[in-house]
Amino acid sequence: MSDITLNAAAANPEATPRNPPVATTGPIAWVRENLFSGWLSTAVTLLLGYLIIRSVVGFVDWAFINAIWSVPVVNGVAQTQSCRELHGAGACWAVVTEKHRFMLFGTYPYDEHWRPAIVCVLFVALYIVSAMRRFWNWTLIPIWAVMLTLIGILMWGGVFGLSYVPQERWGGLPITLILATFGLAFAFPLSILVALGRRSNLPAIKVLCVLYVELIRGVPLISLLFMASVMFPLFLPEGMNIDKLLRAQIAIILFAGAYLAEVVRGGLQALPKGQYEAADAMGLTYWQKTGLIILPQALRLVIPPLVNTFIGFFKDTSLVLIIGIFDLLTAGKTAIVEPAWQGFGVEVYVFVGLIYLVFCFAMSKYSQALETDLNRHSRR
Amino acid sequence: MPGAPAAGAGPHVMHNNVLGHDNDMSAAIETGGFVASAVRTDAPPAIVMDKVNKWFGALHVLRDVDLQVAAGERVVVCGPSGSGKSTMIRCINRLETHQEGRILVDGVELSDDVRALDAIRREVGMVFQSFNLFPHLSILENCTLAPIWVRKMPKKQAEELAMEYLTRVKIPEQAKKFPGQLSGGQQQRVAIARALCMKPKIMLFDEPTSALDPEMIKEVLDTMVMLAAEGMTMICVTHEMGFARQVADRVVFMDRGEVVESGTPDQVFNDPKTERLKLFLSQILRGH
Ligand SMILES: Nc1ncnc2c1ncn2[C@@H]1O[C@H](COP(=O)(O)OP(=O)(O)O)[C@@H](O)[C@H]1O
Ligand SMILES: [Mg+2]
Repeated sequence: MSDITLNAAAANPEATPRNPPVATTGPIAWVRENLFSGWLSTAVTLLLGYLIIRSVVGFVDWAFINAIWSVPVVNGVAQTQSCRELHGAGACWAVVTEKHRFMLFGTYPYDEHWRPAIVCVLFVALYIVSAMRRFWNWTLIPIWAVMLTLIGILMWGGVFGLSYVPQERWGGLPITLILATFGLAFAFPLSILVALGRRSNLPAIKVLCVLYVELIRGVPLISLLFMASVMFPLFLPEGMNIDKLLRAQIAIILFAGAYLAEVVRGGLQALPKGQYEAADAMGLTYWQKTGLIILPQALRLVIPPLVNTFIGFFKDTSLVLIIGIFDLLTAGKTAIVEPAWQGFGVEVYVFVGLIYLVFCFAMSKYSQALETDLNRHSRR
Repeated sequence: MPGAPAAGAGPHVMHNNVLGHDNDMSAAIETGGFVASAVRTDAPPAIVMDKVNKWFGALHVLRDVDLQVAAGERVVVCGPSGSGKSTMIRCINRLETHQEGRILVDGVELSDDVRALDAIRREVGMVFQSFNLFPHLSILENCTLAPIWVRKMPKKQAEELAMEYLTRVKIPEQAKKFPGQLSGGQQQRVAIARALCMKPKIMLFDEPTSALDPEMIKEVLDTMVMLAAEGMTMICVTHEMGFARQVADRVVFMDRGEVVESGTPDQVFNDPKTERLKLFLSQILRGH
């Protein structure tokens, strides 16, 4: 066998690898192979191409060419006549131009809008820092503590010469970011504990965790929010009142925790038994084993479903609108209640949707990068 | 496996192999003689198993297992698949719990007492068939983990120790790589180094070469021979007869959860007393 190889090599000493035939590579070959490989494929390509071009042209016409970017305001009332005369042929971005501050910050006092604006920037900075692996250690905890204190001070005020703004007046994007950030920041550790608890050898803990997950998963988030806003106060002693936002926040944490726990449990189950045994055999304690061996591997296995759930919950925070909390979506909805702006919902929802999209798309891209980065070394 | 390269080598050659006349490893004993016995009969026994019984559900996997291993003794355990070899050595560091009988490791009885268990796991290193390295940690981190977290050793000192053992198993240059980038033989040598970093008194091996490609078996066996030469107390489940002949003070044959025969490699391989052992020996000869 080895003789044959040797002979072949000797007969053709400078056998260099040849390039594949030109006709099978390159862009033209790709197009021919994938788009025009037969009459059916050609027909489908042409049809889809036509539809795509048509809708892109239509959208550009609507969103840019025929669009109206601002309207005159007389005595505080926007003159939307020009927008209405378009009859839908062009977008009336004037509603966004006029109302964007209300949509972003809700009923927060107009002159103080710089405060929630800084809060939004702080949140984004917090996400960026938390996303960097270099900060994945104990320093992250003080960073979060400082950031959240700053955010609290800016939103409430009442100190350092900032005027006090009660929570009822908060609204818009900061509310969405608060609900999502706190929701996931608490739900994620909770879910890890619950997932570990479900695999515990202690029956009491196991039963408790199973009950929690099954009960919470069994009810819609909306009903949990209703319970938090309507029923929960009934159980509290008279005169004591927990902030409505906090109640919604707790409902979201509990709900997200149950879902994430199942995702994490999937990762725990996917780890080979040998990893647990090797850790046990070297004498690591339960928490050392869990923190150093099991979780780092289990969590990176479930990054895609984890981020999927994160993204889902980021958007689900908008359900708080049913209990009258003024998040981004509610603020958008409220903006078009004003008679002058009625009928321009599409523009508002496109604007609000874009904001959600930016955050969710960033999460999605980040998770992909993280996944490749973390799995660089493991051949699974 | 030593002496088993050629497809054409027939049963005759293999038989010689078992008898230890046509084997480079056995030759090493005769020439080098560096694997001389280190059994210390004066010291208390390293491991005592006294009438140990274990069931998996209704399945009786260990039946009245009695086994004493002296400090410095090297014991090779063999037997058909499913005979309870793994279960037995996994009971020694309590990866499995036994239900009846007593197990003493280094004088400490295994029980539900967590502190006794911690003490025992520090003294007993284990090497698995499937290596079980931690794929998310580098080779060096795999080795320093237990010294740092269990022995509370400073990181720098742990790294020096790890490099020392990685040098001993002849792969110091791989320290910065990850397990997935190494060959099976290299991974298993890392696993051995990782266990040694805890400076255990006893090493358990559960078929350390069974998951390896033939050309990598020797490098792992060589490492184990080196360890044996240093006087490590070892229990090794393996079917590598050449290795058993070269290093074992005693060979234990298990079948259906029982220790059926036990004696020097010569007694067990050349002069089997029971039908079960004769059958087993004839089967592994045919199997190879
Ligand atoms: N975790 C377990 N649960 C149930 N049965 C098991 C388990 N582990 C091993 N067994 C059974 O116990 C018997 C002995 O297994 P094992 O000790 O692995 O044998 P060996 O290592 O000699 O091949 C086998 O019949 C096996 O199927
Ligand atoms: Mg086994």
